[in-house]
Amino acid sequence: MNIIVSVKQTFDTEAKIALNAEGKISDDGVTLVINPYDEFAVEEALKLKEKFGGEVTVVCAGGEKAQEAIRTALAMGCDKAVRVDISGLEDADEWVVAEVLAKAVSELPYDIVLSGRIAVDDGSSQVAVRLAEALGIPSVSSILKLEIEGDTATATREIDGGAEVIEVKLPALFTAQKGLNEPRYPSMMGIMKAKKKEIATKGLADIGFGEVPAAKMSAPKYSLPTSRAGGKMIPGDATEATKELARLLREEAKAI
Amino acid sequence: MNFELNEDHIMMRKMVRDFAEKEAGPGAEERDENEEFPMELWKKCAELGLAGITFPEEYGGVGADYISYAITVEELSRVDAALGVTISAHSSLCANPILLFGSEEQKQKYLPALASGEKLGAFGLTESMAGSDASGTRTTATREGDEYVINGSKVFITNGYHADVYVVTAQMDKSKGNKGIAAFILEKDTPGFTFGKKEKKMGIRSSATYELVFENVRIPAENLLGEEGQGFKIAMTTLDYGRIGIASQALGIAQGAYEQALNYAKERVQFGKPISALQAIQFKLADMALQIEAARLLVYQAAFVANEHTFPVSKYAAMAKVFASEAANKVTTQAVQILGGYGYTRDYPVERMMRDAKITEIYEGTSEIQRVVIAANILKD
Repeated sequence: MNIIVSVKQTFDTEAKIALNAEGKISDDGVTLVINPYDEFAVEEALKLKEKFGGEVTVVCAGGEKAQEAIRTALAMGCDKAVRVDISGLEDADEWVVAEVLAKAVSELPYDIVLSGRIAVDDGSSQVAVRLAEALGIPSVSSILKLEIEGDTATATREIDGGAEVIEVKLPALFTAQKGLNEPRYPSMMGIMKAKKKEIATKGLADIGFGEVPAAKMSAPKYSLPTSRAGGKMIPGDATEATKELARLLREEAKAI
Repeated sequence: MNFELNEDHIMMRKMVRDFAEKEAGPGAEERDENEEFPMELWKKCAELGLAGITFPEEYGGVGADYISYAITVEELSRVDAALGVTISAHSSLCANPILLFGSEEQKQKYLPALASGEKLGAFGLTESMAGSDASGTRTTATREGDEYVINGSKVFITNGYHADVYVVTAQMDKSKGNKGIAAFILEKDTPGFTFGKKEKKMGIRSSATYELVFENVRIPAENLLGEEGQGFKIAMTTLDYGRIGIASQALGIAQGAYEQALNYAKERVQFGKPISALQAIQFKLADMALQIEAARLLVYQAAFVANEHTFPVSKYAAMAKVFASEAANKVTTQAVQILGGYGYTRDYPVERMMRDAKITEIYEGTSEIQRVVIAANILKD
C-alpha cells in the first residue's frame, strides 16, 4: 500500500505570536514543529503500513527550515520524503499550496493520502481538501477511525453531536481529527535512521510549473487580539457585593 | 569551535523532553511520595531506545554518541531525577563495563538484552566498609573448578532488586589490595544471591537502592569480567564514564528547578509587582542561569571527550560531575528560596528537586573524591 502524508511545519502551539515591522507574523525565535494534526496523519499512515506493508512518503511544501518537520516524520518511521521548495512564494494562498502539492503527489504512486484536518497556525482547513480536489479523488474530513478492506475504506468522522460512517473507494484522501490515534514518539533509533532517508527537494519548475502560480487571495492585514483588561474588585460585605456582581454581570458584561 | 548541537541532538532533546513532560512528569511527585520504582516508565524508555543509546548497533544499541546520552539523562532528570539515574546506572554502570571489558561471548550474551531494555542492569562496588576507598572490599570470590564462589554483601545499589544483570566486584587476594579485586557478571535469581535492606532515602526516592547479599553464590568462570585482579581498574573506568551520567542528571535537576523558579518569579506579585522585577530575585536568577550554563558546557565537553578520547575521560568527567552537582545544589536551594513558603511544601516540585540534588554530590564518587581525581590528573604531567 502506498501512502502519502502531507505535512506542514507550524509554530509550536506555545509560541508567542508577534507582528514584525511589515505587519506580518514574525517567526523570530519561534520553535517550529510538525503541525500536531499532521502528526495524527503520520501515525495513521504508519499503522496502515504496519498492517498492510508498503511505503509511506511525506510530502511537504515549505522552505529549508521545513526539513526539520520532515525529519521528525521520517524519525517516526516514514520511509522517504519530497519537499517542494516554495520559499519564493511568500504570499502563497491555500489554492497555490494545494496546486503545488497536487503536482508533487501526482508524480508518486498512492492509494491513500493523509493529512491533518487543520494547521494550528492559520487554521484554514483548506489545503488538504483542495489537494484531493486537484487530484480528482474523494476526501473525508476529520476522521476518528479508518479501516481498509481491499480497495474500500471505511472512515468514521465527527459530525455535530455524533458520528458518521463513510465508505469510499481508494484512492482517497482523509484528514485526521484529534482522537484518531496517539502519535508515537520518534525513537532514538528512528532519529538516527532518519538522516539516512531520502528527502527529494524539488523546485516549482521540477514539478512542471512553467511560471509561479499567482495567489487568488491576499491577507493585507494581521492584528493581535486586544489584551485583556484587568479584573474588577467589588468591595463591601458579601451580600451587597453579590448583588452588585449580579447587576454588573447582567447590565455591563451582559453575561446573564 | 562550534557550540551548536547537531540536528540529531536537537531532535533527541525534543523527543525526550516531550516524553518526560507527558509521561514522567504527572506521576513524579506520587512516585517520590510512595518510593515507587518507575518500572512502567523504564519500559517505555526502553521502547524509545533510551536503554542503549551509546552502545553499538551490532549489540542492539542505538549507536549514538555520549552527547545524546547526556541530553537524555539531563532531560529525564529535569522532570524526574530518579528516572534519570535509573537509565544512567543501567547504561553506564552495567552495560558499559561489559562493552569495555567483556569478552565477545559476554557482549553477545548480555548487551542486546541490556541495550533493548529487555533486561535492567545494576552495579555493585560499594560496601559498608568500602565507600570512597574500594580497598576495603570484603566481599570475596574464590575459584572452585570452573566456578567462582562469592560471599559478602554490597550496599546502596541503584536499581537493586529490580535489575536482572549485576556487575559486582569481589576481593580474590586480600594481600594484593586493590590489585586483588575482580569483577563478575551476576544474574538475578542465582542461588544464594538475595536482597537485603531497601534504603529509605532523602531524595531520588523512587529510585530503588538495595543491599545485595551473597551467600555461597556460584557463578560460572566465564562470568569473570576482564581478568582476575582487574576489578578495581574496571570499576574506576566504569565510574569515569558513569560520572557523565550523574553530571547530566545534576544538570537536569538544576535546569528543572531554575525553570520553576523563573516562571514563579514572573507571576508572583509582591509589593505591587512581580518579584522578578526585584533586583534581589534577579540576581538569584542570574546566578542560577550562570551556574547552569557553565555546568552544561563542562558536561557536554566531558561527553565530547568520551566520544573522541582526545583527553582523559576521568579528568573531564570528574570536573563535569563536581561542578554540575554543586551547581544543582546551589540552584535548587535558591529555587526553593524564590518560591518561599510554597517552595518548602510538597505542592511544588522544587522541594523534591532540592532533595534529589544532594545525592549527585555523593554517589559515583563524592565531590571530595572528584577533586582527588582532578588533582591526580593535573599533577601527573
